Amino acid sequence: MLTPVAAPAGDGPGNPWFSWRYVHENADTIGEALRFHAGLTAQTVLLALVVAVPLAVVAYWIKPLTAPILALSGILYTIPSLALLSLLAPLLGTTSTTSVLVALVMYALLVLVRNSLAGLTQVPPEVIDAATGMGYSRSGRLLRVELPLALPGILTGLRLATVSTVALVTVGSLIGQGGLGDLILGGFRNNFYKAEILTGTVLCVGLALVLDLLLAGLGRLLTPWTRGRAT
Amino acid sequence: MSYLHEGIVWLNDPLNWSNPGGLLDRLTEHLLISLWAVLLGCAVGWPVGIWLGHRGRGGGAVITVANLTLAIPTLALLTILPLTPLGFGKPPVVVALAVFAVPPLLANAYTGLRSVDPETREAARGMGLSGGQLLRQVELPLAVPYLAAGLRTAAVQVVATAALAALVNGGGLGQIISAGFGIGMSNGGGGQIVAGGLAVALLALLVEALLALVQRLVTPPALRARKRRRTGVTVTTG
Repeated sequence: MLTPVAAPAGDGPGNPWFSWRYVHENADTIGEALRFHAGLTAQTVLLALVVAVPLAVVAYWIKPLTAPILALSGILYTIPSLALLSLLAPLLGTTSTTSVLVALVMYALLVLVRNSLAGLTQVPPEVIDAATGMGYSRSGRLLRVELPLALPGILTGLRLATVSTVALVTVGSLIGQGGLGDLILGGFRNNFYKAEILTGTVLCVGLALVLDLLLAGLGRLLTPWTRGRAT
Repeated sequence: MSYLHEGIVWLNDPLNWSNPGGLLDRLTEHLLISLWAVLLGCAVGWPVGIWLGHRGRGGGAVITVANLTLAIPTLALLTILPLTPLGFGKPPVVVALAVFAVPPLLANAYTGLRSVDPETREAARGMGLSGGQLLRQVELPLAVPYLAAGLRTAAVQVVATAALAALVNGGGLGQIISAGFGIGMSNGGGGQIVAGGLAVALLALLVEALLALVQRLVTPPALRARKRRRTGVTVTTG
């Protein structure tokens, strides 16, 4: 067990929870970690979205595939992130971002598939009947009617996936690819340097909240018909 | 898949199981930490969820709490809590894991009590049951499937995240993985990393399967027919 030692030299007395001096002197490192964290989150969510929506459509169109796809996603979701990362890292490189990216995409994928499918199955049958009656083909109906109506579900999934991805990126610090997680773990290893730990944590939670708000705003813009309806 | 092979070879060495700090040691540690965390989570989440559900208030707050914890990295709590008066060693790890066990327990307890048919509640009131009797004799028995579902989600979550404790030397099976990275890939640590990963993944799946069975057993047949599956919030294993 590690024991706490005195605060790092040059930090004045004690080991404060927050220090402007630390933030000022390490602005480059902090900025780089934040950029890395946000970039990895964006890559993960976009990649997962590109794969998840078609997969949900397949599960929606081909009913016998729905149950297996959901069951498989449930099992994969149970596998702990650290285990997944330790199984992927030896294959994809123990210091490469790819290992973290693949693990993150897998988790985000599962949230997105489930929510997109839930959104698609919630489209009322009357609406589908009406669209068919108006002469829409299957793909036309999907693009013009079903996907737009499933948008609230997809957006809920997108928000959940984004927030949990921001938190999960920190696990990448196992192989030194954790963005702000590297700051948190770095502070831990650096004689429990509280300012470094807390700066990483606050930025991480802040990033999640900002992205969540942005997506909520995007959702309001994209689904104007849900506004004003009592939910 | 030479790495997978190395992992199997590592697992086939009995010494790796019985060593001090070997698989068996770490497994016991992992299960003990998880058990205490789940118990602590139940002690907090269930009474609050049941009370809120009984009173029919605070649904918004329950959802907010559940969503907020989603944004907190487990790693952050694991590093911050030892610096609080909790001190070092196992207690901060248990508390950090319990924090993530509370939302599913709380939300499912709340949903379970709210999902009791209002007519049933009315009938019980009409028969002269007091608030406490209503809770004990009607609402709680009907909410058991939800309580079990919450317990299952929370326990799987805790067992999965307990692996992260290794990042801060907190013990558990994750320690096998981090020790593997400590040895390094070039020195043959790969096998140990893969073996640790397999052990952690298998344990999580095993707990999930076991508790799914428990959930089925405690659900009365009459409620089973309505096909109540896992409900409430799903929280990321992080």
